[in-house]
Amino acid sequence: MIKEIVIYGRGGQGAVTSSYVLAKAFFYEGFYSQAFPSFGVERTGAPVEAYVRFSKKPINLRQHVYKADYAIVLDSSLIEAANVKEKLKRNASVFINSAKKRKYFGKDIKEITTDITSISLKIIGKPFVNISILGLFATTKLVTMESLRKAIYEMLPENLAKLNYAAAMEIYKNVVG
Amino acid sequence: MKRVIETSHAIALAVKLARVKVIPMYPITPQTHIVERLAEFINNGTLDAKMIHVESEHSAISALQGALLSNVRAFTATSSQGLALMFEILQIISGMRLPAVMVIANRALSAPINIWNDHSDAFAVRDQGWMQIFAETAEEALDSVLMAYKLAESKEVQIPIMVNIDGYSLSHVYEPVDIPSQTLVDSFLPKFKLEDYLDINNPKTFGPIGFPDSYMYFKEAQHKAMKNAEKRIKEINREFKKKFKRSYGNGLVEEYKIEDAETVFVCLGSICGTAREAVDQLRVKGKKAGLLKLRYIRPWPSKSIRKALNKAEKIAVFDRAFSFGSEAPLYTELKATLQDKQINSYVVGLGGRDVTIEHFKKAYRMCSKNKNGWLY
Repeated sequence: MIKEIVIYGRGGQGAVTSSYVLAKAFFYEGFYSQAFPSFGVERTGAPVEAYVRFSKKPINLRQHVYKADYAIVLDSSLIEAANVKEKLKRNASVFINSAKKRKYFGKDIKEITTDITSISLKIIGKPFVNISILGLFATTKLVTMESLRKAIYEMLPENLAKLNYAAAMEIYKNVVG
Repeated sequence: MKRVIETSHAIALAVKLARVKVIPMYPITPQTHIVERLAEFINNGTLDAKMIHVESEHSAISALQGALLSNVRAFTATSSQGLALMFEILQIISGMRLPAVMVIANRALSAPINIWNDHSDAFAVRDQGWMQIFAETAEEALDSVLMAYKLAESKEVQIPIMVNIDGYSLSHVYEPVDIPSQTLVDSFLPKFKLEDYLDINNPKTFGPIGFPDSYMYFKEAQHKAMKNAEKRIKEINREFKKKFKRSYGNGLVEEYKIEDAETVFVCLGSICGTAREAVDQLRVKGKKAGLLKLRYIRPWPSKSIRKALNKAEKIAVFDRAFSFGSEAPLYTELKATLQDKQINSYVVGLGGRDVTIEHFKKAYRMCSKNKNGWLY
């Protein structure tokens, strides 16, 4: 069974990089994986979608993701702007970066919201949320923090990897305890 | 070793493993990450090659020609408008029988301005005497580059080759790739050596005038060499399988669930993956669908196509390019190859329009009514 993830971000936030990190992490977890962007015009602030597939079997499918099992939202203003709801399966899970304590979806969607930007600012010193939010995704236990760590260190320069991983870990621990 | 990497990265690794010595490249849009990675390899000392930054794609391919003539293995990559700018030099390289290898990250041609994936660029240069292979996956892209060098440099071939990968839809995809060792690649790919090259101690002329009494012989020889390539492609595919433990159909085409198929999809490149998924889903519903993936369009593998589609009742051809005022190019060629079959034409995925399972299912239904169409 192929599972599908959409990562929503704005140009410059690094949604594409987070899809690549996730694909590597799933591979370390023993899955086949695939990640690719759906580029619009490369412009800071423009909505960007990146897709991840993972499966126990080799993945042939290459179309965009239209009904996701999971969504990761780097900027909560995209929930409406990018029509996230329309592109979710029933019982999908959504991981949201937002400081607001509110519900964005109905009962059939599982949503978990954390103020990723604040935690990233505290630990990384910059509002980089694309990698730290993967700590929130890891609370699904689909990927371990160890696989994420390996993937992050493979994608980023060491100093940035260290800080981003630390932020992801803090977010993970805040939820899992 | 298996790693999740980008297709562009996989291709750069193949170029490194092929021990390429000269890489002329134009580094600005429409370029890919391939040459970016190669620049990194050179910078960190893992690739001993000379990178030449040129001022246009026309210069990039001209420098590629010069490098080859000086008897070294060379590489460049481009896309869409960049390939269009190279046009003039393409037939100079093939006419001079230089074994160039160039990767094309296939993208649409403007206007309207569009940077996304289709096959307009590859088909626009189809008749310039280059072989053209299309890859479906990142791993196949890596493998195809290695096979391409061996094929182009084969004595009975000596023809340049374009390795086509779908821009974005494959070039920017991260997926697991089995990266072969240098020792294994060295045992597969011989050292580069031209019989005739520029040598100050043994002066020769290359690319002189071919008067009307000789020009046609050169062109016929190019065609014959291209036909020789068909046999060589199969041999190389078999040798690749022995060494690397994987191969692609008979080298020219790859069949998927075709034995008992009534309707067979025919397509190129990365959409073959989605087509496989569509075939599986149709079969669950009792519909006998199959897929014939064409790896090569030049040489055109007519024998392999006839053999593979011998039993098919209906054939649905998917094109990602168009010949305005005529019809879709793969469709035209397939009709010429299989004159007694029902063949239908579906134009999909121009300018990056996503090609989905639904497109294949719709084509399946239309094909049963013998209807052609552009599918959006």
